[in-house]
Amino acid sequence: MRLNVPISVGGWRRFFTRWDVVAVLLILGLLVFFSEASRHLLQPLTELQRQPVSLDPVNLPEYAARTTLRMLIAMALSLLFTFTYATLAAKNKNAERLLVPLLDILQSVPILGFISITVVFFMALAPGRVLGAEFAAIFAIFTSQAWNMAFSFYQSLRTVPTELVEASRTFRLSPWMSFWRVDVPFAMPQLIWNMMMSMSGSWFFVVASEAISVGNTTITLPGVGSYIALAIEHRDLAAVGYAILTMLVVILIYDQLLFRPLVAWADRFRFEQEPGALVPHSWVLDVLRRSRLIDRLTRPFASVWRFLLLARWSKRTEPAERELSTRHGWVTFQWAAIVTALAAVALWQVVRFVAAFITLSDVANALLLGLATFTRIVVLIALATVIWVPIGVWVGTRPHVAERVQPIAQFLAAFPANLLFPIAVSAIVVWRLDPNIWLSPLMILGTQWYILFNVVAGASAIPTELRAVGVNFGVRGWLWWRRIALPAVLPYYVTGAITASGGSWNASIVAEVASWGDERLQAYGLGAYIANETVAGDFHRVVLGIAVMSFYVVLINRLFWRPLYLYAERKFRLG
Amino acid sequence: MSTALLDIHALRQTFPKADGGELLVLDGIELQLVQGQIVGLLGRTGSGKSTLLRSIAGLMRPSAGTITYLGQPVLAPAPGIAMVFQGFALFPWLTVLENVQLGLEALGLPEIEIRKRALAAIDLIGLDGYESAYPRELSGGMRQRVGFARALVVHPNILLMDEPFSALDVLTAETLRTDFLELWSDGKLPIKGVLLVTHNIEEAVLMCDRILLFSSNPGRIIREIAVDLKQPRNRLDPQFRDLVEKIYVAMTARTTAPLRIGTVATSIDAILPRVSANLLSGFIETLAAEPYSGKADLPVIAELLHMEADDLFPVSDALQMLHLAEIEGGDIKLNDIGKQFAEAGTDDRKKIFERQLLAYVPLAAHIRRILQERANHVAPKSRFFDELEDHMSAEDAEETLRSVTAWARYAEAFAYDDHSQTFSLENPT
Repeated sequence: MRLNVPISVGGWRRFFTRWDVVAVLLILGLLVFFSEASRHLLQPLTELQRQPVSLDPVNLPEYAARTTLRMLIAMALSLLFTFTYATLAAKNKNAERLLVPLLDILQSVPILGFISITVVFFMALAPGRVLGAEFAAIFAIFTSQAWNMAFSFYQSLRTVPTELVEASRTFRLSPWMSFWRVDVPFAMPQLIWNMMMSMSGSWFFVVASEAISVGNTTITLPGVGSYIALAIEHRDLAAVGYAILTMLVVILIYDQLLFRPLVAWADRFRFEQEPGALVPHSWVLDVLRRSRLIDRLTRPFASVWRFLLLARWSKRTEPAERELSTRHGWVTFQWAAIVTALAAVALWQVVRFVAAFITLSDVANALLLGLATFTRIVVLIALATVIWVPIGVWVGTRPHVAERVQPIAQFLAAFPANLLFPIAVSAIVVWRLDPNIWLSPLMILGTQWYILFNVVAGASAIPTELRAVGVNFGVRGWLWWRRIALPAVLPYYVTGAITASGGSWNASIVAEVASWGDERLQAYGLGAYIANETVAGDFHRVVLGIAVMSFYVVLINRLFWRPLYLYAERKFRLG
Repeated sequence: MSTALLDIHALRQTFPKADGGELLVLDGIELQLVQGQIVGLLGRTGSGKSTLLRSIAGLMRPSAGTITYLGQPVLAPAPGIAMVFQGFALFPWLTVLENVQLGLEALGLPEIEIRKRALAAIDLIGLDGYESAYPRELSGGMRQRVGFARALVVHPNILLMDEPFSALDVLTAETLRTDFLELWSDGKLPIKGVLLVTHNIEEAVLMCDRILLFSSNPGRIIREIAVDLKQPRNRLDPQFRDLVEKIYVAMTARTTAPLRIGTVATSIDAILPRVSANLLSGFIETLAAEPYSGKADLPVIAELLHMEADDLFPVSDALQMLHLAEIEGGDIKLNDIGKQFAEAGTDDRKKIFERQLLAYVPLAAHIRRILQERANHVAPKSRFFDELEDHMSAEDAEETLRSVTAWARYAEAFAYDDHSQTFSLENPT
């Protein structure tokens, strides 16, 4: 499988371009805008008229269904976003210059930060109703799903083989038709893989997005997330156990009913055919394919789809290349003017905001807090590397073990760390441990698995011949690791580590503050800062915290991960 | 019969270069395709023949000049012009039938008609029974048959073929060629004219009514050869052999081909052929040994070594460039230095090679001189790359640097470190 780097690694000559500056400005401006808008809207909303969440496990199926529905709606929105945003970025050179850095920065904005700022805004859209809160929760889940999907789709569109593009053009497929016949199928396997990752990742944020309090506003939407929050508040260990069980079941159902059939179905879209690769199977897909009833039921939809596909929305065929470039200059100019204007507005808003509410000491404080969180993440990633790389290599070089370990690792990645808070908090309290150290592992709890399953994938991709050479020349012990195993898995490891490090920053907002009933523990760090200011309803500090966190993430990506990735890719890529 | 399907006049095609200048790829192309003809476009890599085909397909706009198809200028992919691709360009997620139907669906025909025509094309091209197979389940030959069926099903007036047989093994390619020619001669194909891009001389003589020879960098038509042999043609027919020989002579002649590639390089901007030093040594050895004793007919030695023209010409170019051999009248002949090289041992060969390289390949001498002038004897690759890019495309510049690096490594003239992307005079000791 092609590697899918979760950050942009193009244009590596310069580490920061002016398009990045524009992207940063636009996002900051938007955050400021939302927070300003929300500040005025923030007033005690009437208590939402509905039954409070109850800890009775009988309600769990319903909660699970509601949570699942939110995730599915968010997934549909993410797909819509992916198909439009990424397509625009890939097909339009002008748009690409802005959209790709924008996506890169968006990815680094902590998702929980999005929740705190947007929740009031969305509530205001439908005042006093559940709908607003639902919007906010769905939007939060959307932000945890959409970016990497859009990124993968964009990268796929950029790599559609030239001959296929030429063939579709000589046969005069309309842009609409070639999108569905060429672009989407080509991108499908990678996209589905990313949808699975997104779905796993969003569990983490479901818990945070269903039960949230911003200032005086407290929202508890019925769902597994709220159930868990309530269980923690009531110190109900049994309820936590039920919640874990429910999640397990939901994740299993997802896997069997949605993703496995999708993966099996998408197998025919694989472009490169590695010989000996296992063909994925799904009993659900087999049933669907063989059932006459399903066939009859879906036939009308299929023919509508076919009609839509064949519809010629425009008579226009793509003109030859040069014509596109003749108008190029003027369009570029207009585009640059619009972007400049937008950036200027954003800049003005940010400056006004900063001048009015943020002092230098605030910034220094946030940066210092960020440094603390940064240190934690560095140590944790290093630890996870030392632990999981050898294990991953061991597993990856044994196909039968790898086959079993991979799905487990993927499940663990979906497991929200919040569920382990009870244990962690109790342990810390009982043994009087330092929360600054012992809360940290929670940050990497969910994200370390990305390192594991990427390394496993890398190790299983080492060609048998290379391994045979190692055996033949008696390369053993440290020499084997240094010369064969580590170089071979490095590109994969880097991909996993980038995801893990980004995810850990995100998790810090949840993990640096933990509570179990009345017991409340807090570590010194940027995550705790954002969490606390959110609860306090201080939007200015929330925006500051988010901006500083994004700054750290982008900085690390550009200064460390990107060069490392390019180096690994150039030097150690096999084949 | 004489009405031109396609009329190309004063066509010129340029690509933008990194420094803002333009790279000339095709120049002064005049071409008419009349009904009932197969016209071959024969030339080496870099002669722009694929670019010409893509321009005709409406995938690129001419920089100057006109392409007229049935009286209309070609500015976008035109109905009635279909293409068969070198790499098949089948959609792996569509079955054979769906692949073939694709072009008809784009035309917006009714479904019944689409199916009828697709099945007819599949039948015609010998794909019966494979309708529901996916391309990955087929062999290369069958895949290209799908490529043909997909192109024919839209009933094009002109069929463009971009080296359609070059990705296939020898036997499969021959079967497919024969089948195609049979259908064409019997008038069973719904097409009126064919343009075939190839670098295979025998293939051109076997299939075409007319052959246009292209020079390289920029691509120009240097000669037109009519093939009056009757179909089916026999490769062993003396007349056939004569034609092949004649084309070899034409393609290696210095007078008719004022090429930057293939003759003596006079400045650093020559595009260097991508040939390994090992291949050169091996070729020289074969040429020096019996039965050739230093002189051979190009088509004959190509046949013996199983090399196509496209593999052979870079070798003969390199030997000529390094002044190890001469080419005249379709023959290649080792000179005295070439013969010395053949008899020498490894170390002496390296010395001879170094002498020739620095004397006759200006780029190698240039890099060596710069390295000597610098105090630390190190220079970044980008320095030379930028210099080359003023004269050629980025890919050619990359290739040329790679060639000169490979030769210099063999000659131990200078070293290159890929990690730091620098040239240096120091070899690891």
